[in-house]
Amino acid sequence: MKNILKTKAMTMQFGGVTAVNALEIEINEHEIVALIGPNGAGKTTAFNMITGVYTPTNGAVIYTDAEGQECNITGMKPSEIAKIGIARTFQNIRLFKDLSVYENVIIAKHLHLKSDFMSATLHMPWYNKEQAKAEEEVEELLKKVDLWDMREEKASSLPYGKQRRLEIVRALATEPRLLLLDEPAAGMNPKETDELTVFIKQIRQEYNLTVFMIEHHMELVMEISDRIYVLDFGETIAKGSTEEIQNNKRVIEAYLGVDEDA
Amino acid sequence: MEFFQGFLNMSGASFAQHMVNGVSLGSLYALIAIGYTMVYGILLMINFAHGDIVMMACYFAYFGITIFHVPWYFTFIGVIVATALLGAIIERMAYRPLRDAPKNSVLISAIGASFLLENLANYLFSGRPMSFPDIPLFSQNIAIGSIKIQAISMVIPVVTIISLLVLLHIVNHTKTGMAMRAVSKDYEIARVMGINIDNVISMTFIIGSALAAIGAIMWGIRYPGITPYLGVMPGLKCFIAAVIGGIGNIKGAVLGGFILGLGEILIVAFFPDLSGYRDAFAFIVLIIILFYRPTGILGERTTEKV
Amino acid sequence: MKNKRDLILSAILLIVLFGASWFANSELDSYIRRIVNLCLIYAIIGLSMNVTNGFAGQFSLGQAGFMAIGAYTVGIFTVPVELRANVFYAVPMNPFIADIQMPVWLALIVGGLLAALVAFLIGTPVLRLRGDYLAIATLGFSEIIRICITNASSFTNGALGIKDIPPLNDVRYIFVVTAITFVFIAALINSSYGRAFKAIREDEIAAEAMGINLYKHKCLAFMISAFFAGIGGGLYGTLLGTVDPKNFLFTLTYNFLLIIVLGGMGSITGSMLGAIIVTAGLEYLRIFDEPLKLFGTMIPLFRPGFRMVMFSALLMACVLFWRHGIMGTREITWSKLIAFCKNPIGFFKRKGAAQ
Repeated sequence: MKNILKTKAMTMQFGGVTAVNALEIEINEHEIVALIGPNGAGKTTAFNMITGVYTPTNGAVIYTDAEGQECNITGMKPSEIAKIGIARTFQNIRLFKDLSVYENVIIAKHLHLKSDFMSATLHMPWYNKEQAKAEEEVEELLKKVDLWDMREEKASSLPYGKQRRLEIVRALATEPRLLLLDEPAAGMNPKETDELTVFIKQIRQEYNLTVFMIEHHMELVMEISDRIYVLDFGETIAKGSTEEIQNNKRVIEAYLGVDEDA
Repeated sequence: MEFFQGFLNMSGASFAQHMVNGVSLGSLYALIAIGYTMVYGILLMINFAHGDIVMMACYFAYFGITIFHVPWYFTFIGVIVATALLGAIIERMAYRPLRDAPKNSVLISAIGASFLLENLANYLFSGRPMSFPDIPLFSQNIAIGSIKIQAISMVIPVVTIISLLVLLHIVNHTKTGMAMRAVSKDYEIARVMGINIDNVISMTFIIGSALAAIGAIMWGIRYPGITPYLGVMPGLKCFIAAVIGGIGNIKGAVLGGFILGLGEILIVAFFPDLSGYRDAFAFIVLIIILFYRPTGILGERTTEKV
Repeated sequence: MKNKRDLILSAILLIVLFGASWFANSELDSYIRRIVNLCLIYAIIGLSMNVTNGFAGQFSLGQAGFMAIGAYTVGIFTVPVELRANVFYAVPMNPFIADIQMPVWLALIVGGLLAALVAFLIGTPVLRLRGDYLAIATLGFSEIIRICITNASSFTNGALGIKDIPPLNDVRYIFVVTAITFVFIAALINSSYGRAFKAIREDEIAAEAMGINLYKHKCLAFMISAFFAGIGGGLYGTLLGTVDPKNFLFTLTYNFLLIIVLGGMGSITGSMLGAIIVTAGLEYLRIFDEPLKLFGTMIPLFRPGFRMVMFSALLMACVLFWRHGIMGTREITWSKLIAFCKNPIGFFKRKGAAQ
């Protein structure tokens, strides 16, 4: 299996608190890898280090591109990291609230734009051509998730489940190779979660994606993950396949606590 | 070489003179900067109107002494009370209604409040420069050795120190002060813990404005020309002083005030050719600080949670 | 289909308005012409401020400084060479530029480019700052620009200002510049870059995560804003006939803040509406600066300065009760106008779509 991302002893310290300690993760192409753990374990912090929002206080993040070249992306700006093929969604949904559904997604095409601002403003032919192609791709994406009819609606007016879906679609529009999903099923009912499960499998297939996701919905995690990492208080307490994790004593303790009388 | 003439030829007496001026100016900046830093520490907003409160305090003093002939010791107390009240009113009318609005709105409101105060002063008192009442006790010159300084220049640091000690006592040793510190550390938790946020915020504005009034009075004695726009430059500079020292930190505001006050006086003293750029000094220091240590000298490094 | 129709309609509108400006130029008296010109200039500068503050969400208060750069470029280079010694009577004009004279259109463009250059230099340190810090920093730089102008006597004649600037009263000329500004900025906002600005305004962190380089785009917005503010400033200089550092105090920027808050931060048509209201207001509210007789009694309330008090009160009222202004982030589009004409009452009952 070809590696796409690995972290080496990736550590994040805030003042005296170590939020993430020497995290070693390997993700291979086309895998769906899950990162689970109790609240406050450092999962989103790990995401933030991989996507450049935080610079790790120690350690490195290595990304392997489509040609097999390894690049050290530690501390790179989030916009640069998006450009090389890593996209993400956010735990608390960060859509462009006041903009339309359509605008939210087509903005994600901007990073691939080769025309400069003058060509864009003057709507030069080469810009128009780029835009037309982007618009086609956006239309296809929106139709696939059933959001095309609401494309003029404000993103904030969408029901919660659709907002989450929109955020994923927006990330997809950047044409990533690796997609980081931060609690994509948060706040969803069982039916929505099932739809999401199907959806994630679908997009992995169709867009040749690798998915790295933080989740608390265990059915979703166990259903689609190829491998799982478990974090607690910033430390990796387990890693392996879904069976291994389900039967791992430490994981059960971390989630359910230690039975005092046992 | 001419440029450095001032620097090389300065005599000890001149230097001492400039130091006194610098300390005076620094004290005044410090008193005003505290108002900015306290408000920012709690509300995370720049009270653009703070500089104009200083201006209004000067006009209050003018009316008290020159128009109504109230003795200066009563007037000054009245000025402090009136200014503190004005600060609280501005908070109530211009900032409180926007507490849940997007950040830009409260910023625009602050600008509007500042603009309104300036235009009000212009309308009520006309734009003609007026003269801050002369109080011989303070404006008389005292000779120390070979230097002559105004009495007020000696009063300023003393009053400032006393004010600061009172302030620090309030902040560190009273319930009100503790509430203020709690709110500035964590707004939401303080509210949940039962602290009356509205009262704490009003108190912050009252204290900040009172200090500004003290500064304004001494400013007026030292620099007697009053115009509706007298608070603009000092206001900007004092905010910068607060940023330099570490916004939200009272000691930082004092430190920043002195750095700017002394710096401004000494730069012009040593390099008289630069005197036209005197006001630019503060902004240049601001840029340097924001580049190299954005949280200020005494500020804490914080990272935003995503 | 819709786009083509819109383009044709807009082109027709521009031609009609140009015709109106031609009419205004020849038929209206000079007092009204001046107000129309001022309104157009204010619209340009208001819109330029909207690019950073309204569309990109960057709270900049530097317009007065950029206007000054444009105004002084026009002032320095368009005063006829023969008259310059008379203007620069205290400190002679710097020999490098003393003999350079440019036609107005060139001086305007050079002024705009200079302003954009200064914006680039300022932007590098300043655009990393958050909301309120950015406001103070840009305010500060606006003042620094003014201070530098006041001190660089051999270039700018210092505090004496520059007079004898050849006047430009032609409404058609100013209309054309305004039209170009509005069309350019509208095209920019409707392009991918304009959407990138809006993304930055909505959520910087999300925008960055979607691959938008924050600094590069903020700087771009800042420079474009400065460019048009410079052009507006240049036109302002020709309108006044003289330029003086005191004309460009940062309080001037507050007028444009009012324009964009009133018109709607994030609306192009809003900037025009705001400019019309503010310019007309500034002019016609002058009556409140004189003692007024109402029902036969003198009202002592009205004397010089009252007009500006009303104005600042208006700004406060706007931000407290009417934060989105007239248009908010919406625009008047042909589609909406046509729908309105077909069904005036039903129009307001429709659910508003996003813009």
